[in-house]
Amino acid sequence: MSEMQSGVQQAWQARLDAGEFVIQRCGGCQQHVFYPRGLCPHCGADQLAFVTPAGSGTVYATTVVRRKAELGGDYNVVLVDLDEGVRLMSRVEGVAPDAVAIGLRVQARVAREQDRGLLLFDPL
Amino acid sequence: MTDLNSLRGQVAIAGAATFGCGVVPGYTDMELLVGAAQRAVADAGLTMQDIDGLCTASVTATMWPMVVVEHLGIRPTFIDGTMLGGSSFIAHLLPAMQALMSGQCNAVLVCYGSAQRSATFNRRDIVASRKLLDPQPYEHPYEPMLPPSAYALAANRHMHEFGTERRQLAEVAVAARQWAQRNPTAFERGPLSIDDVLNARMVSDPLTVRDCCLVTDGGGAYVLVRGDRARDLRQPPVYVLGNATACWNRQISSMADLTVTAAQESGARAFAMAGLTPADVDVVELYDAFTINTLLFLEDLGFCAKGEGGAFVEGGAIAPGGRLPVNTNGGGLSWGHPGMYGIFALIEAVEQLRGQCGERQVSGAQVALAHGNGGTLSSQSTAILGTAATL
Repeated sequence: MSEMQSGVQQAWQARLDAGEFVIQRCGGCQQHVFYPRGLCPHCGADQLAFVTPAGSGTVYATTVVRRKAELGGDYNVVLVDLDEGVRLMSRVEGVAPDAVAIGLRVQARVAREQDRGLLLFDPL
Repeated sequence: MTDLNSLRGQVAIAGAATFGCGVVPGYTDMELLVGAAQRAVADAGLTMQDIDGLCTASVTATMWPMVVVEHLGIRPTFIDGTMLGGSSFIAHLLPAMQALMSGQCNAVLVCYGSAQRSATFNRRDIVASRKLLDPQPYEHPYEPMLPPSAYALAANRHMHEFGTERRQLAEVAVAARQWAQRNPTAFERGPLSIDDVLNARMVSDPLTVRDCCLVTDGGGAYVLVRGDRARDLRQPPVYVLGNATACWNRQISSMADLTVTAAQESGARAFAMAGLTPADVDVVELYDAFTINTLLFLEDLGFCAKGEGGAFVEGGAIAPGGRLPVNTNGGGLSWGHPGMYGIFALIEAVEQLRGQCGERQVSGAQVALAHGNGGTLSSQSTAILGTAATL
């Protein structure tokens, strides 16, 4: 069992570092779960398994963090609802930070930052 | 077995005080706590040797109650160090009431201090160290400016769903400032217009720096005793009619609906315990870490319908002379915000019910609501307080 090799957080990050984005699905109630954890928050079952989502989703809420230009300038922070029904925090790229709006359809992409996998989104 | 309703009005706040609020270089968190604790105990007409129950929490020190025991020189038979962020010191009420009514202890001191503005290890360092000590691995990589960005996301969603406008958020800050102008202990008392708020430096859209609470130092404390004892002490007793705490999530990304907070649950349970409704409340003290908080809590606590908070506060409705007095000390937005503000909201409610608020006094106030928020809209605790006339 993979649980003997690492905890679920490290296992998830290792897949992301390898370029693969996964979420969990409960073998008990069949609902999807994010972030990765040990027990299903819906039914309490301990049968959460990694599955590959479609990666498509919709912006649920957005903000622009204002930062001085010399420190890198403004950037976007969003909450995205994946089509599988889970919500996560991320950043939408490929569009101005303040052009991101609620309802925007987006697609997941695994980038690399500081030698780690990082889940980002692009407008669909 | 006692039910919650039987606890209504059985315990009273007999003493309350603040210490070192504003900018006080050279003080530690503990020194501000001790100053407030000493004043609150004296305010009740007691001595520190009378204290046998302790509730306290710290932003940084995980074993904080033990250090407080040392500094105060007490040997409490009841200790609650529950740390729920800024709602903690309102959430401490109900366990303390149960401890008092069971006879576990006779006088509970709830106390807090923060030198987050002036200390060498200040708010910026605390935020940085939290990434190591209290990691949020699915949020921190995106560098949300926490806490403001979390509340900004909630404001963005509220505006989208209900048509709430930035001007309505600004109304909250302006009302708080107008109350602060009547409070000599408030940190920010200068003029502030809606346009001033809108045109201030943007921090995390749609919140400008004037939509965000202050960063100040300060200590706060209060003392709880059984009601029969409170009648014989120095101050008019302020009775705890209801208290409830609810927590549905920690991270903003784990919140099911950004426009509905757990205050909906804590408020309903607190009102049920008190046997009262929002219409019975004369004065309201809400944890206004950001302007959106006030709208969310007015809605979730039942002062207006969901989505109508923006319209509810328009035209100075929560300012002095408005339909509902809210955050009469000036709130976290203009009075001050020493890290975890909940205790200061409660202390203002106590002073209002005692009739000791001078120019900002709400005439004839008999019932007050104090509401604490912790984390990023994470934990919520509601207290309903009343004078002897409400028993």
